[in-house]
Order: sequence, then C-alpha cells, then structure tokens
Amino acid sequence: MKALILVGGFGTRLRPLTLTMPKPLVEFANRPMILHQIEALAQAGVTDVVLAVNYKPEAMVSILEKYEEQYNVKITFSVETEPLGTAGPLALARDILAKDDSPFFVLNSDVICEFPLRELKKFHEAHGCEGTILVTKVEEPSKYGVIVNKADSTLIDRFVEKPAEFVSNKINAGIYIFNPAILDRIELRPTSIENEVFPHMAADHQLHSFTLDGFWMDVGQPKDFLTGTCLYLSHVAKCNPGSLAHPNAGYVHGGNVLVDPTAKVGKDCRIGPNVVIGPGVVVGDGVRLQRCVLLEGSSVKDFAWIKNTIVGWHSTVGRWARLEGTSVLGDYVTVKDEVYVNGGSILPHKSISSNITEPQIIM
Amino acid sequence: MHPKAIILVGGPSRGTRFRPLSLNVPKPLFPVAGKPIISHHIAALSKVEGLKEILLIGFFEDSVFSSFLQSASREYPNLNIRYLREYQSLGTAGGLYHFRDEILRGNPEQVFVLHADVACTFPLIEMKKFHERHRGLCTILGTKVPRESANNFGCLVAKPDTNEVYHYVEKPESFISNLISCGVYLFDCAIFEEIRKSLENKKDNVETDIYGREIFQDGNKLRLEQDLLRPLAQARKLFVYETKDFWRQIKTAGSAVPVNGLYLEQILKSNPEKLAQSTPNGPEIVGAVYIHPTAQVDPKAKLGPNVSIGPNVVVSKGARIRDSIILDNVDIKQNACVLHAIIGWDSKVGCWSRVEGTPPSAHNSTMITKNGIKIQSVSILGKEVSVKDETIIRNCIVLPHKELKQSCENEIVM
Repeated sequence: MKALILVGGFGTRLRPLTLTMPKPLVEFANRPMILHQIEALAQAGVTDVVLAVNYKPEAMVSILEKYEEQYNVKITFSVETEPLGTAGPLALARDILAKDDSPFFVLNSDVICEFPLRELKKFHEAHGCEGTILVTKVEEPSKYGVIVNKADSTLIDRFVEKPAEFVSNKINAGIYIFNPAILDRIELRPTSIENEVFPHMAADHQLHSFTLDGFWMDVGQPKDFLTGTCLYLSHVAKCNPGSLAHPNAGYVHGGNVLVDPTAKVGKDCRIGPNVVIGPGVVVGDGVRLQRCVLLEGSSVKDFAWIKNTIVGWHSTVGRWARLEGTSVLGDYVTVKDEVYVNGGSILPHKSISSNITEPQIIM
Repeated sequence: MHPKAIILVGGPSRGTRFRPLSLNVPKPLFPVAGKPIISHHIAALSKVEGLKEILLIGFFEDSVFSSFLQSASREYPNLNIRYLREYQSLGTAGGLYHFRDEILRGNPEQVFVLHADVACTFPLIEMKKFHERHRGLCTILGTKVPRESANNFGCLVAKPDTNEVYHYVEKPESFISNLISCGVYLFDCAIFEEIRKSLENKKDNVETDIYGREIFQDGNKLRLEQDLLRPLAQARKLFVYETKDFWRQIKTAGSAVPVNGLYLEQILKSNPEKLAQSTPNGPEIVGAVYIHPTAQVDPKAKLGPNVSIGPNVVVSKGARIRDSIILDNVDIKQNACVLHAIIGWDSKVGCWSRVEGTPPSAHNSTMITKNGIKIQSVSILGKEVSVKDETIIRNCIVLPHKELKQSCENEIVM
C-alpha cells in the first residue's frame, strides 16, 4: 500500500521550536512527530510513503533513512517548487500514488490520534466509492468547517464552513483514503483539497465519512501541542500503562507521566499530571512539573515550578524559576534563577534574567 | 615588519540581537551600502601601507566565510585574507593569544584589531601615524557620544594634552566620560607578552567577594576590554586617537539602517559615481542611493535618501523607498511604500502596501518602548516574507517564511 504525508513548509506556527528542528522531527511524547504516522502506516501494511514537502532539510534525510530500514518502508521526498496546497502534492506524486489500483492514505502531518487505518481501509473498500474522510466529533463545531452526511448514511452530503447554527458536530480530521481515480480530479497547481476537490466528490456521491473514536488533535502550535500531549498520555495510560512512570513512583502525581529511561529526576519532586521528560533531561530536587514537556538534554534546577510549558532542547531552567502560560523555550535557552516567565516565546540561545509577566516574544 | 590585521567576527550563538536577519546570514556578512559589513573594514585596511594579511577570527563554521573570502581575494589580489576558527570560546583576547604564532609569523611590528560589529570611517592611517609618535603599546580609536548613551560602551578618561588613557571602564553604571572606545585598536606585537601575563594573573588571583567566596569567572576566557585594556590603562601604555567622523555599533538588526545611511553618505562624498544618479528618464533619486547593477527599478519609482537596493531586486512603478535596505531578489510591487525598513531576501511587498518603521530618536539606539515593551523602531521582514496588497506593517519584526495577510503594528510576528 501507499501513503502520502502532507508535511508542507517551515512549520512557522510551532516556532520557536521549528527554528532549529524541522517540524516532523520535533518530539511528541518523546518520538518525532512523523514517526507516530510512519509507524501507524507501516502497521496498516503501507510500504511506500511519500513526504510532500516545500523544502528538504538535510537533517530529515538521514533520520528518515533510518526509519526506512526500521519499518521496512520506502520513503520518498516529493519537493514542491511552489507551495501546492493540500491537493496539488497528490498530483505531484502521481507516479507513486497511481502505480497500481490499490487505494492510498493521505495524512496531514500535524494530526495526532489513534490512527485506525486498518479499519478505515476496510470501511473504504466495503463502500467502493472514490474517497473516505476520517471525521472527529467536536464540542464547538462553529469554529470549524463541518461535514454533513446524507440522512442515515455515511455518504457526505455537503460541507459547511463555520456554521452559525448547529448542523453537525463532525469535522475533517485531516486523514483520508482515496482510490487512484481521485487523481483525475487534481491538476498540478496550488489547490485546496478541502475547498476545490471534496465538494465535487460529494456532489458525485463519491465521498464517505468514517467516524474516529477516541482522541484527536492538530498539534501544529504550542497550545495544541500541550493539549495533544495530555490526550495522548491519557490514551497511553489506558492502552499501555507500563510505558509510563509507575503511579507509585515517589514523584508521580496524578499520573500520565512519561519519563525517558536516560533522564534523571531528583529528590522531593512532584511531577504530573501530563508531563513528558525527554532523553538526558536532568530534573533537580524539589521540582514541581505539571502539563509540560521537557525536550532532550534540558535541565531543570532545584525548586523550579513549571506548568503549561515546552522546555526546548538543551535549555536550562534556574532554581526557583517559575514558567507557565504556554511558554515555549527554544534550543539552548537559559532562564536564570528566580525568574518568572508567563507566556514567553523565547528564541534559541537567549538568556532570560528578568521577569516576563505578560505573553511576549523574546527574539 | 609589515603590520597585520585581525577582524573579530564572533560566532553563531552571538548576534541574537541581530535577529531575524542573523537567522539567514551571519552578521559580519550582512550587506550595508551594497557590501558585507566586514568589507568596509577590509577596504580601509587595504589602504594601510605595507599591510598584506588580514585574519578573521571567530567561532563560525569554516564554510560560512569560504565564498566571501574567495571574492575578497579577487577584489584585493595583494591581500592574504584568511579565517581562523576558534573551537572553544576563549574570550576576545584569549582568541588572539591562541592564534599568536599565526599572527606573529613574518614578524609584524604592529597588529590592527577591529571588531566586526562597528561602522566608522576607520582612520587607520592616522591612527598608525599617531601610534608611532607615542611610546605606548596600544592606540585605541575613540569617539565622543552623547552623555546619556556613554555608559553603554567602554568609557575612556585621557589626559587632554597627551591623549594618554589613564582610566578605562567597560559599560559603567554611572557617568565616567563621554569619550568611548570604538572597538578598533592598534597594538605593538609586544602585547602578546602582556596577554600572557594577564592569563597568568588570572590563574593566580582568583577573585573573591567579601565573604571569601570565589567570584564566578568564565573559565579561562580572557576578554580584550576588561582583562587587557584596563590593566594597560593602569600601566599607562594605552593611548586614544579620537575620530570626529561618524561611528556606530551594529548590534540590533535595526541598527543596520542608520549604518547603511552613514556609509552611503560617505560614498556620496568620496565616490559619488558609485551611487545611483537621477536622470530625466530614470527613477527619481534623492540623496545617497545604491542600486545593484542587476536590480530593475521602474523609472516611475522614487528612491532615497539612504537606500540600498540589492541584486535582482524588482522595484515597480510608483513605488517609494526611503531609509531602507532591500535585500536580494525582493519584489516591491506597484505603488508600495517602504520607509525605515529592511526587506529580507526573496520577500514580496504587495501593491499599495506600506512597510514602515519609526526614525530612531537617540544616537546609537534603535529601540523604542511601546506599552512597556521594548521593540525595534525599524520594521524588518526576514527572508521570504510576503506582505499582502494594501496592508500596513508598522514597527514590526517578522521572522522568515511568514505570509502577512493583514495589517500589523508594534509586533514581533513569529
């Protein structure tokens, strides 16, 4: 089977992290974001993966070669010379996607969920139409474009952008499976699959929806990255609790704590709920962590307090420092002892020696 | 016996204040008045009689300077220009000492040391004449700045008659003097013996505070200003040559705009033929404007003063640009207006849009305070930013690869 992952551009929404690391390689729950998708695809029997990118960072090439071997898949970079939107990349990768008649998956690279790809494929093959959209139910559909089905059917009737009145609570989850026939609908130019392709397919009665059970999140920006981390950790707590820190470990508070085996945690800490601690991280004594992510090689000194924050690679948080309010530290940032940061986005290599009390970008 | 020269170029983890531009080019290579910052240093050094070798010292990767060095060697066939990479940060004086064998090879009598992040007329020949008259080890280029900004710099107190410096303080808290160091030095080679002594002193005398605790010192780093010049002043071996021409520090990205203007004005006085000329059929040119030969400027555009237009830039009909730097491959659409701004490589400025900064108020400062937050007064677009038609971007810093679909003001767009 084949699949295409829409990676796109520079991931500017996830800055400052993506100033030093290409977005697909930023670790979500201690594994590169793209790895969650490649693993799910490989498990669903995919052997050919196309990465649709606007640019090809060298760092990505070597890491993906490793995954090719590990998961026994062939990974091809499809590089756009101009951004082609969400449909154009399919036309650009036509040679691979249309090489046989079997259907192919398309995934947005920012999406995190349980990836029920086998079930999606089974459902798609059963109805026999051109495409299936994975949909997820949301509480406030008015913020999104919603999908309305035909009465008592999985067939999609129409799409409604930001509905003023309730018509449906199902939204596009950014994961699809298509027959190669869809490629005849797409030209090689910047095209939106949501706005320019799907409405025609729905009009032709060729598009079904498949409802996703369980969590779903677009983790393309820091606030949602943290929310997505909470959802993912709750999911792991149910399905694979052994991979989390044991709830009886002295420091664990409220569960959902993922600690890399190479990380060190000091005495008298209270950690959790919803914390990810990456490889080589050093957490001092008396540290309080909740709803936060500490990326590889970072260090949190004694008595620091961190909530709703992503601490970037190799960053240092000083003693009695307090970080909160969706703060994001880039690579090699230093927050000095006793400093308070509320909603700071700190670019790489900066040293913060005075309080940041209101959300602010430190360049 | 020939003098040599060192340009201290720093490294990639420095220059964070030069963001967002330093995300795409190392600061020493950022173009002002049509050429990289350090090309202005090299041009001045090339006029010093007998000077044949220039060494760049810093901790960037070697590849960073390779193409620059190639083109500099073509431009100055009589100069040997090389890059020496520090693998660990040794401090500015520590780096000089580390490469002492390389510097002293061929027995030069004197060494010029220039910081990359300063802009001035570099009166090196005059400095050298002055240096040969006094009996000190070092001549420092000095300039007078307004009293209120003096404590941002290294302050000098000198005897008015002899110009002998007897007090040197780096960034003092209170007012010491409005005569400051320009970051341009001429040393006798005997200075290396002084550095050796300073290093030994540093090893022997661990400074302690009043409780007897060791004051944190940055490993074995030896700083040029604090650790070398201060003792030199105490030993009465330091002299100052004061320049009356312009001098600026290039710290923030925004400071490139006034520096660009000052260099352009200097070229307008010395080599006006290198700048754009107003012609009846050409674009309207006001004051000092540099246009790269490969740029296309519509005859109905108006440029200047203090504008540099980079290679392959397209400036369309009805566009207006003043006090700005337009970098390579930028597309300025019709009737757009760019004032006090830097437009990054490959960016696009839409029709009837306006990218505007605020003229700097203080000498050597490009920061203004809005709602208690310090922001740069110059508007800066990073590489490959696009500004939508008819929007206004005021006092904003925009990081690379962003698409601005609406107007914004006093903001960092990440």
